[in-house]
Amino acid sequence: MAQQSIGLTGFGGYIPRLRLQRKSVAQANAWVAPNFLGKGKGERSMANWDEDSVTMAVEAARDLLGADDDRSHVDALFFGSTTMPFKDRLNAGIISAALTLGENVRAVDVASTQRAGTSALMQALTTVKAGEAKNAIVVASDHRKTRAASAQELDFGDGAAALSVGSENVIATYLGGTSLTIDFVDHFRGGTDDFDYNWEERWIRDEGYTKIIPRAVKAALEASGTVAGDIKHFVLPTTFGVKFVQQLAKASGIAPDAARDTLADNCGETGAAHSLVMLVHTLQKEAKPGDKIMVLHFGGGCDAMVFEATDKIASQSGKRGIAGSLAQGVPETNYMKFLTYNGLVEWEKGMRAEQDKKTALTTLYRNEDMLMGLVGGRCTETGVVQFPRSRISVNPNNHTVDTQEPYKFADRKAKILSWSADFLSFSMSPPNHYGMVVFDEGGRIMMDFTDVEQGTVDSGMEVRLVFRIKDIDEKRGFRKYFWKAVPVTNANVTSKTGQAAE
Amino acid sequence: MASGIKDKVAILGMGCSKFGERWDAGPEELMVEAYLEAMQDAGIEPTQIDAAWFSTHIDETGTGKGGTPLSMALRLPNIAVTRVENFCAGGSEALRGAVYAVASGAADIALALGVEKLKDTGYGGLPVGAAGTLIPQWAPSGSAPGNFAQLASAYRAKHNVSKEDLKRAIAHVSVKSHANGALNPKAHLQKAITEEQVMNAPMIAEPLGLFDCCGVSDGAAAAIVTTPEIAKALGKHNIVTVKAMQLSVSNGLESQHNSWDGSYFHTARIAAKKAYLEAGIQNPRDEVSMMEVHDCFSITELVTMEDLFISPEGQAVKDVMDGFYDADGKVPCQIDGGLKCFGHPIGASGLRMAYEMYLQILGRAGARQLKDPRIGLTHNLGGSPSQNVCSVTIIGAHGA
Repeated sequence: MAQQSIGLTGFGGYIPRLRLQRKSVAQANAWVAPNFLGKGKGERSMANWDEDSVTMAVEAARDLLGADDDRSHVDALFFGSTTMPFKDRLNAGIISAALTLGENVRAVDVASTQRAGTSALMQALTTVKAGEAKNAIVVASDHRKTRAASAQELDFGDGAAALSVGSENVIATYLGGTSLTIDFVDHFRGGTDDFDYNWEERWIRDEGYTKIIPRAVKAALEASGTVAGDIKHFVLPTTFGVKFVQQLAKASGIAPDAARDTLADNCGETGAAHSLVMLVHTLQKEAKPGDKIMVLHFGGGCDAMVFEATDKIASQSGKRGIAGSLAQGVPETNYMKFLTYNGLVEWEKGMRAEQDKKTALTTLYRNEDMLMGLVGGRCTETGVVQFPRSRISVNPNNHTVDTQEPYKFADRKAKILSWSADFLSFSMSPPNHYGMVVFDEGGRIMMDFTDVEQGTVDSGMEVRLVFRIKDIDEKRGFRKYFWKAVPVTNANVTSKTGQAAE
Repeated sequence: MASGIKDKVAILGMGCSKFGERWDAGPEELMVEAYLEAMQDAGIEPTQIDAAWFSTHIDETGTGKGGTPLSMALRLPNIAVTRVENFCAGGSEALRGAVYAVASGAADIALALGVEKLKDTGYGGLPVGAAGTLIPQWAPSGSAPGNFAQLASAYRAKHNVSKEDLKRAIAHVSVKSHANGALNPKAHLQKAITEEQVMNAPMIAEPLGLFDCCGVSDGAAAAIVTTPEIAKALGKHNIVTVKAMQLSVSNGLESQHNSWDGSYFHTARIAAKKAYLEAGIQNPRDEVSMMEVHDCFSITELVTMEDLFISPEGQAVKDVMDGFYDADGKVPCQIDGGLKCFGHPIGASGLRMAYEMYLQILGRAGARQLKDPRIGLTHNLGGSPSQNVCSVTIIGAHGA
């Protein structure tokens, strides 16, 4: 019996808007780390204070699924990351709730290795192939913490990618793949540590990548029945630069110009997400129908997969993806802001920040679709929508009782009715912007704004909604998530808190 | 329809502590200060008080819950004390409880007292607190100025007023209140200011600067109420009576239904209409002699002028700039300095507003005395523009 063709059926991507200028970092640290002055070029993506691997994964998955998708067809969710906010609470479960996926979804966290993204993808492929899921989604996301004045601080970036796996409308057919498992410890992060511990780069390059990658390439070519010369796109994340990737390609018989952009200049390496980030970027910018793509990720061995793009790839042209995210960057020159957002500075937050942030988990669960999925109510008699849902309708003309059905707000068009920029209340990104957001199709929510620059907001402005961290309960290690409004501005924005790097 | 409260209850005596940063006083001392003045004014003994209503908002800063803080501070004779709390409108709530008790015949003489001790938190502004377990999981963790500032953005959009024109009008609101407060020895802030000072002050919550925000003060205020007949029997000649007491509370329309445009107080308009009806006022712009409104922020006062139907819709900016609400204007507003300068000890504010109207009607307001005021209106708001309680009380000379 002929094997049913399975593969990627769609993609999405998300890179946070702020782009930390490496020059600002290198110059600030030159007194202690003058050796990094040469690395002070280009920019790296920088998560806002209210973003983590989960929220970025949600954004990438929303891009993948699109605003009109009711999500009922998604039956599996694989989340790959080494920076999941919870060690014991299903992180994929948070993503699932934010995406309003059904409870029958198989949600899995894949962690502990830079290969987490590719391994999550391989699990999705295997699951679909086995017939245990029809439409799986894979999200990979990382928000890695680095020490100040380290090479990683300059090399890394924050970001996420999402892929869907299925057998219909396949945009890139899965031809085969392999995993090599080798306990090669180029770096590690202990169970209680915030930061990676890194071994010598030359050893990692010469004994690690140079020797392990060709073995993975060879195995993947065999598994997929592909010859090296047919690989048009060679997707391999590394901080050793694209020339090194070209050398590795060449060593395996793959054309050096198949080496794809590692996005070092304008994004930085997004950890476990990066192979999928690069893959999405390749699918958006380079891949033509019929092109064969090899995707690898090094870490405790190596994952390697081969795909073949189909003519359905054009169906994804409306996606933001990685290319769109990269085009929407806002330069950030304030290195102190980066350090503060990443918890690397003990700063004076003031007494207003002392408020206890304890979350009542009972309340959270009772209102789960409201808080996690931004689901309100729609009166089945009058059609009036509202947030939150309630037994007695808010409709002033007809307070109907028990008529409300769940109504999703997250992807609806909305505008600002009223707002303020508040310097008094505590905010990680002052002034604290919030206001009343009204939805074109009815309903309104008083909500926090995020990704906003002072002086760019006004009534009537369009907003889009994003899933973000609401509060961090440092005392208990918990974090609240909710939705926030991002004002959509066409203006050429730069971060105003930035100090000159000169 | 109910016959209403008009002229059924008289104010026998009132008292008000000095407001301000009362580093010298705890809530007990503040309560005693207001109480002793009210008792002296009323000319009664503690044993003559049948019941008391006690208003305080924030438990955490020292006053505590229940009726005991009042009963213990004043050594009341084991009478009923009901603690009321309705955001910043608690003072009016306490008065309402006492007035209704007298009107019902359940009490001959009742006490209303409100107090707030805010300056024990270690920082300026209102104490930061959580509201239950659900709201903190989604509502913005903003501040009072940030919530009220939003009136400005919506008002500008609705009435097509420029940022500059609105900023100057709300600056004038504060300049007027400071001029009034400078004549009030009990006021927290007693210094006159200029429009330029207001316009150039540090921003608190756009567009509200430092001088657009009221004082955060310690203080207490009290009223002793009875029937007009008992007041006369106790030897009172100039009797001040309650003409109307209305309270309107948001039901979620403003925060959840798109029929509200964010530029006005839905509740204030309802409470005002009902209060005018109860008091028999046909044309408030002509009949109201003076007002104490809830000027927690300058923009609140400006839009309230329209909500109380004193300024026509969209015309408050013009009236404010014309001096209509200044001390020498047609309807003087915040003649005691308002929340802006007298100060805003939350639980006491509604009673403090009534205190000034009472003094003015009796001709006892000293340097700020208006010429022959007959009808005074107090407007006491709690919550935020999108979700609030609004009290409108009208008091006046008996027979006015």
